Amino acid sequence: MMALSRQHELHKRRFSRNLGLGLVLAGFVALVFGLTVVKVSTDDFTMTPAEAVN
Amino acid sequence: MSDASLNTTTTQTGEAGFGDYFALLKPRVMTLVVFTAFVGLFAAPGTVHPVIGFAAILFIAVGGGASGALNMWWDADIDRVMKRTRGRPIPAGKVTESEAFAFGMTLAAMSVVMLWLATNALAAAILAFTIFFYVVIYSMWLKRWTPQNIVIGGAAGAFPPMIGWAAATGSVSLESVLMFTLIFLWTPPHFWALALFMKSDYETAGVPMLTVTHGRRSTRTHILVYTLGLAAFAIGTGFSAVGGPIYLIVALALNAAFLKGAWAIWRRDEVAAETDGYRAEKSFFKLSLFYLFAHFGAIALDAAIAPFGMGGW
Repeated sequence: MMALSRQHELHKRRFSRNLGLGLVLAGFVALVFGLTVVKVSTDDFTMTPAEAVN
Repeated sequence: MSDASLNTTTTQTGEAGFGDYFALLKPRVMTLVVFTAFVGLFAAPGTVHPVIGFAAILFIAVGGGASGALNMWWDADIDRVMKRTRGRPIPAGKVTESEAFAFGMTLAAMSVVMLWLATNALAAAILAFTIFFYVVIYSMWLKRWTPQNIVIGGAAGAFPPMIGWAAATGSVSLESVLMFTLIFLWTPPHFWALALFMKSDYETAGVPMLTVTHGRRSTRTHILVYTLGLAAFAIGTGFSAVGGPIYLIVALALNAAFLKGAWAIWRRDEVAAETDGYRAEKSFFKLSLFYLFAHFGAIALDAAIAPFGMGGW
């Protein structure tokens, strides 16, 4: 079986997948944060006192 | 919209890169989904916060992409046979069928739940139905069973503007039904033109496209008849609530060109088409892509100038 070189093409593809997934997840977190800010900033956002306490 | 890729490169390492997973989402089809969903959302009455609007379009796109991944999972056997689809991630050996299935299901569930949280239950329900329709009704049932596959299956591609509209308004109205119908009527001539010049692909794969079951002469006639229906509807829509002066001008010009193209296809026989390498069919197919983007672009422009007393009727 052929030994893998230190920087095989396979490693590059694995890195691209990890980097891509990392960026997608970071973007998702930012989007959910942004959505939360917008939702709680709108006039029709209300919480009952009981919900606010819990 | 077709995902006409002719890439036939194969890699057998089984180690997929980020791009291979992205390719499972059928990015070219996604451009149509994103654009028409945006127009549905933008043309709707009322205002939507830009962050919510962006999230809505993104999750509609992800839902559309999930449908594409599940379609590739189900159709992996015929994708291996057809020249046009041999380069897709599963037939190319980059992604396994079970990975594509898990990827598609996860994204489908996530997109529906997130669209619900970002907008409303109706928009999420239509998105869920769209994914179900494309994967189960079209891919699993109609595609390999009837030559009417893309006529009925075209509905799946027609839902995005309706979802965009529902995301903005929380309702389904005449305007969103008109946008749905425009894409629904546009789909058959678009795909049949592709089937005419992708000659043996569907036959080899055993997919009962109209060219295979009813012959190429009949397909040419079908393209002309459906284009006549589409043109009447598209121009008629110009006088409706989604129409306006820009839309009407675009619709008149493009439907005249589209009818001319359909007429040229109908007049030709296979010998003439073979001689010039299916030039009329290919140019009709290209025009069909521009046709849809231009019609929806015009709807958006009319909506954009409406607040200034122009656009709309």
